[in-house]
Amino acid sequence: MSDSFVIKARVWRQDGPQSQGAFEEHEVTCVPEMSFLEMLDVLNERLVSEGKRAIAFEHDCREGICGSCGAMVNGQPHGPADRTTLCQLHMRSFKQGDVLTIEPWRAEAFPVIRDLVVDRSSFDRIIQAGGYISVRTGAAQDANQIPIGKIIADAAFDAATCIGCGACAAACPNASASLFTSAKLFHLNSVPQGEVERGQRTLAMVEQMDAEGFGHCTNHGECEAACPKGITINHIAAMNRDLIRATATGR
Amino acid sequence: MTLHLESKVPDGDIETAWSRHRQKIKLVNPANKRKYTVIVVGTGLAGASAAATLSELGYHVKAFSFHDSPRRAHSIAAQGGINAAKNYQNDGDSVYRLFYDTVKGGDFRAREENVYRLAQVSVDIIDHCAAQGVPFAREYGGLLANRSFGGALVSRTFYARGQTGQQLLLGAYQALSKEIARKNVEMHTRKEMLDVVLVDGHAKGIVTRCLRTGKIERFAADAVVLATGGYGNVFYLSTNARASNVTASWRAYKRGAGFANPCFTQIHPTCIPVMGDHQSKLTLMSESLRNDGRVWVPKQKGDFRKAREIPDADRDYYLERIYPTFGNLVPRDVASRAAKRMVDDGHTVVKGGEGVFLDFAEAIQRLGRDTVADRYGNLFEMYERITGDSPFETPMKIYPAVHYTMGGLWVDYNLMTNVPGLYALGECNFSDHGANRLGASALMQGLADGYFVLPYTIGDYLATQKSGAVDTKHTSFDESQDTVQKRIDKMLAIKGKTPPNAIHRKLGKLVWEHCGMGRTKEGLEAGLAKLPALREQFWNDLAIAGSGQELNQTLEQAGRVADFLEFAEVKMTDALTREESCGGHFREEHQHPDGEAKRDDENFCHGAVWEYTGEGNAPIRNQEPLSFRYVKPSTRSYK
Ligand SMILES: Cc1cc2nc3c(=O)[nH]c(=O)nc-3n(C[C@H](O)[C@H](O)[C@H](O)COP(=O)(O)OP(=O)(O)OC[C@H]3O[C@@H](n4cnc5c(N)ncnc54)[C@H](O)[C@@H]3O)c2cc1C
Ligand code: FES
Repeated sequence: MSDSFVIKARVWRQDGPQSQGAFEEHEVTCVPEMSFLEMLDVLNERLVSEGKRAIAFEHDCREGICGSCGAMVNGQPHGPADRTTLCQLHMRSFKQGDVLTIEPWRAEAFPVIRDLVVDRSSFDRIIQAGGYISVRTGAAQDANQIPIGKIIADAAFDAATCIGCGACAAACPNASASLFTSAKLFHLNSVPQGEVERGQRTLAMVEQMDAEGFGHCTNHGECEAACPKGITINHIAAMNRDLIRATATGR
Repeated sequence: MTLHLESKVPDGDIETAWSRHRQKIKLVNPANKRKYTVIVVGTGLAGASAAATLSELGYHVKAFSFHDSPRRAHSIAAQGGINAAKNYQNDGDSVYRLFYDTVKGGDFRAREENVYRLAQVSVDIIDHCAAQGVPFAREYGGLLANRSFGGALVSRTFYARGQTGQQLLLGAYQALSKEIARKNVEMHTRKEMLDVVLVDGHAKGIVTRCLRTGKIERFAADAVVLATGGYGNVFYLSTNARASNVTASWRAYKRGAGFANPCFTQIHPTCIPVMGDHQSKLTLMSESLRNDGRVWVPKQKGDFRKAREIPDADRDYYLERIYPTFGNLVPRDVASRAAKRMVDDGHTVVKGGEGVFLDFAEAIQRLGRDTVADRYGNLFEMYERITGDSPFETPMKIYPAVHYTMGGLWVDYNLMTNVPGLYALGECNFSDHGANRLGASALMQGLADGYFVLPYTIGDYLATQKSGAVDTKHTSFDESQDTVQKRIDKMLAIKGKTPPNAIHRKLGKLVWEHCGMGRTKEGLEAGLAKLPALREQFWNDLAIAGSGQELNQTLEQAGRVADFLEFAEVKMTDALTREESCGGHFREEHQHPDGEAKRDDENFCHGAVWEYTGEGNAPIRNQEPLSFRYVKPSTRSYK
């Protein structure tokens, strides 16, 4: 194609959690309409046909909703485009000769499994600690019995759009998971159905977050800037208020 | 016919069928439930809801997903909404109407009793999800909001902005997390099921590969539930998530489970077209855009002037021309086929590719830019992010793409396959949508199956089984593990030059060309004739770098492509033998003079259920006859 161009990908390669990693350089011919992951696909197909190992990276929906993908591109989580996951980043954001340094999320609680793939099961354990409303199937009343004002419902929705990609923790100088944890807390703590377990939920999820080795929030705000879904840092303040209340009153 | 296909639908009045059935089915003593282990493979909407509910009921559950977390699954991408016969809008909706719409929308190729039950439990789903805290859209008064969707005259679709699937899946994931925390569900992530283990003809376990370490493992249980999604990615390019595949269903098929109606696939008319060989997936643009967008192509073949430079006189608004009554709002399959016809005739708007225009210029003029932005702003943004073009400035380019698969493992009314103890839920079964699925009904079906049907029907089987009777030392596990290991070793030993992705891409093109939107006898035969060469290329020239004892995504993909290569044959054979057009299956030979699908109820009013007969042997086509007591089969017309 006439408008194709060549970039240099400096990709982090690491065989396993205990192995030493290193950068590897490859030139890739791109077209502007390619997505970032398709650029990696092209590179991988070439590597594999040459008998070399493909670069491992996580992906699934490629629509910015599943939260599977993610890597640092030139030091920025999910790359340079605003509110965009790596899979929705397109090569038209780059030009001939650009050098792209591609690395996995770096956080103690996200150990590298291979290349760009990290283990984010710490997020699952935070949810297991209390990120739910304890209702059994079949026990619910008619849905319209509990009206929820549109403003509250919309705010809960905004918090609930978190895709669990981990960019927030990767962006944070302290590798804190506060944005992730507080978003789920805000969602569940703000709807009437979640009120009963509010205090308990907050205590348990925050405790688990600490136990996983995530750092503390010192208000850098990098998480909010990195979040592809635009989740607001205000949730962290709400979490801290709920935490104080729960610690004081036990609920 | 050699498969034993007993639908087990209750006799008599359809309205009371499900409650009568529930009263009749056997129950497991609550004190004994914890002694029973159920394996659930797949934690999308159907699997996560089933695993959580089974665990709440007291069963011990082992759940599996090849994803890194049960918060991820293809389900998360569903946009539009979920149907339920709540009649909150007081616009005359009812269980019967939802049932009727679904049977008719499916072009009379689904079991009435299953569909009726689906419509009945739809209301419970909304109650349950609201109680879980799912942030559904609400009106200012705080009550739940609804929107309307294709194929229905009432407003019954519940939604959470454009992210309904995400919110419902997270609801199920959280319910599952609660049970994992209680240690009642053992969650196995990054484990891919590669075989079902049968002991004396009953499903009693699975063999998996750990995607992290490559370890092959065995798991035993008293019953096995598959909720592993659809097979749309046999086309390589589709709106499905990249990892979606047919492997679990296919391996079950090879162990004796019947595969029903594999030729039924749904093509969605408004997706972003293929832009080049590097393309890895197709993105859906909501159907709602056709409310205000006008579809057109240049009258002159090969006219690649900028859209805005093509005067009205040189444009063909073909949907408005051919279907004056419905215009741009004809149903999905009609719109898709019309686009294909225009492009096949040379009127494409994508240089070297396939596409038609969806133009908003007239709407912007009529409504103003702000109103259009208000209605479609987020979709326009998404389109621009992917293509770099703003639909405010230039028409969207769209083309139909594979979206959903109605076919799947055959199941009875209890959602059990013909293999005792083996169940199938969600998109991986064939149960409720017939030959065509209505919008917002897949989420409904997945959650109905998982929350409200299987957890009860499975008791009917378990009550006949001694709990924990089989363990992984049984020789059937040896045989299964051996089969799995040999296949992996065989792929790794080829050391050829062609990556699995390249073969998958070729397969997709072949299936799309020969078994896509319009199918013919000649085309299908030609496609079938090309398959062996592709399989040969796979088994002789496959390239996989790395080993089987590590995270190896190339190996993972290779295994899935190998199964797609086999599956494609049954799919195309099914399309060849179904000598009629119905729903998503359009045989060019069988159409009315006006180009509409021509069903043949006399000869094809049945589910076609394929039976595996061994490597290299032709599969057997079994039939489950369908009868319609409530909704009388009729012909659709949209002119
Ligand atoms: C873009 C898009 C939009 C859609 N919008 C709507 C909508 O608005 N409304 C609607 O009703 N429907 C919609 N659908 C359809 C709907 O999303 C799906 O049909 C439905 O979510 C399928 O759910 P599932 O649970 O059956 O399968 P999936 O969500 O596909 O889950 C499959 C699960 O099985 C696991 N799995 C699969 N194979 C294996 C294996 N071998 N070993 C271990 N685990 C395995 C996976 O890890 C995953 O957990 C949409 C679909 C698409 C593509
Ligand atoms: S692949 Fe799903 S968010 Fe990027």
